[in-house]
Amino acid sequence: MLTETEFTLVAREVKARSGAVLTGEMNGPATMRLQPMARREGFATVSELIAAARIRPDGVLWNGIADHLAHGETRFFRDRALFERLRAEILPDTLARRGHERVRIWSAACASGQEPYSIAMMIEEMRGQGLNPATEILATDMSGRLIEKARSGLYTQFEVQRGLPIRKLIAYFEKAGDLWRISDRLRAAVRFDSFNLLKHPAQFGQFDIILLCHVLGGFDPETRLAIIARIAETMHPEGCILLGAGETLPGGCDGLSCVGGVVTRKTGARRAA
Amino acid sequence: MKRCLIVDDSRVIRKVARRILEDMRFEIEEAADGLEALQACRRTMPDAILLDWTMPVMGGIDFLRQLRKEPGGDAPTVVFCTTENDVERIAEALKAGADEYMMKPFDGDILQSKFAEAGLI
Repeated sequence: MLTETEFTLVAREVKARSGAVLTGEMNGPATMRLQPMARREGFATVSELIAAARIRPDGVLWNGIADHLAHGETRFFRDRALFERLRAEILPDTLARRGHERVRIWSAACASGQEPYSIAMMIEEMRGQGLNPATEILATDMSGRLIEKARSGLYTQFEVQRGLPIRKLIAYFEKAGDLWRISDRLRAAVRFDSFNLLKHPAQFGQFDIILLCHVLGGFDPETRLAIIARIAETMHPEGCILLGAGETLPGGCDGLSCVGGVVTRKTGARRAA
Repeated sequence: MKRCLIVDDSRVIRKVARRILEDMRFEIEEAADGLEALQACRRTMPDAILLDWTMPVMGGIDFLRQLRKEPGGDAPTVVFCTTENDVERIAEALKAGADEYMMKPFDGDILQSKFAEAGLI
C-alpha cells in the first residue's frame, strides 16, 4: 500500500491525465496494478517508482502510471441486451436511414478491444445472412498499452471464455500457442487509435453510433458532463450514444434524452444540430 | 429449481463446480464417469450437464453420443468442461450435440458466462 501522501499524489496526476477519479479504497488495487510497471522500470517498490516520477521532468513515468491504472475491465458481448438491441434494431434502422452511405461506429473507451470486435462479429454475421452493411468501426482508448493489445487481436483462454459463445470462438479465432488470435478479417474491420476522452474528438468526424459503456462512472460529475457534451457534438443528428447496463445520463445534459441506455438528441435539438 | 449433473472423475472439480452452481441456484447431482452419468440420466433427465472429456469407463464424448440417442436425451443442455482446447476437439463436441464448451481452468465468472450462453440462466 502507498502512504496517504503518495496515493494523493498519484490520484492527482492520474486525474490530470485521464480524468479518472481514484478514491481511497483503490489504494491497494492501484498499488498491485503498478507493481509490474515498477519492476519493469527497475524499481524495487511502487513507492520508488512514484518518487522517481516526482523528479522526472518529462512526465513519462506519470503517463505510464495513468496508463497502467486505466480501466481495463471488459468482455466480449458485455451487456447482452444492448448487443441484441444493436443487432435487431439500432444497426438495421441506422443502415436503412443512411441508405448507401457508410454507417460510422465509435467504441469510445474500448480497453483491450472486446467491444469493437464483438460489433465486428455481429456485422460479419449480418453479411453471412445475405446483407451487405457498409460500416466503419473506430475504437479508441487512452491507454496505449491496451490499444496495442487490442490491435494484436490476441486474447488469453480466460478472456475468450468471458461472454464469447463457443461457436463464435471457433468461427472467428485460431489458436496461437497458449493464446487465441482473432481473424485477420475482423482485425481489418476495426481501426484502433489512442485517444483521451478529456480532449475533443472532432478529429474523428461524425458518428452514427457511439458506444460509451461503463466509462462515465470513473469520472467526477463535472468531467462526465464535459465528456458527454464533447461526444454529443460528434454524434450524427439522428445518431445515438449507447451506455452500459444500468447507466444513464448525468443530470444537466441539455438537449439529450436517454431511454434504456440509448442516448439521442431531443427533437428540438435534433433540428438545430 | 433447475437440476445439473456434474460429470467429472476429479472429486476436486466436482466440488468446485458444485459450489459455484449451487450459488447459481442449481440442484446438483454428481457422476464420476460417463456410464454413471448415463444411469443417472435414465433415472431422471437433468436440465443441464457439465461434462468432462477424459474419464475412465466411459469418456464424455461417448456419453454424449449415447445420451442423445436415449428417450428424452435431446433435452439436457450439455456444457463440456475440459482441458481439451484444440479447435478440432471443440468442433467434434459440438457435432456430437454439445451446446457450449468450457476450457479448464475455469472460474465462477466463466462458468456463469457459459451457462448464460447456453440459455440456462
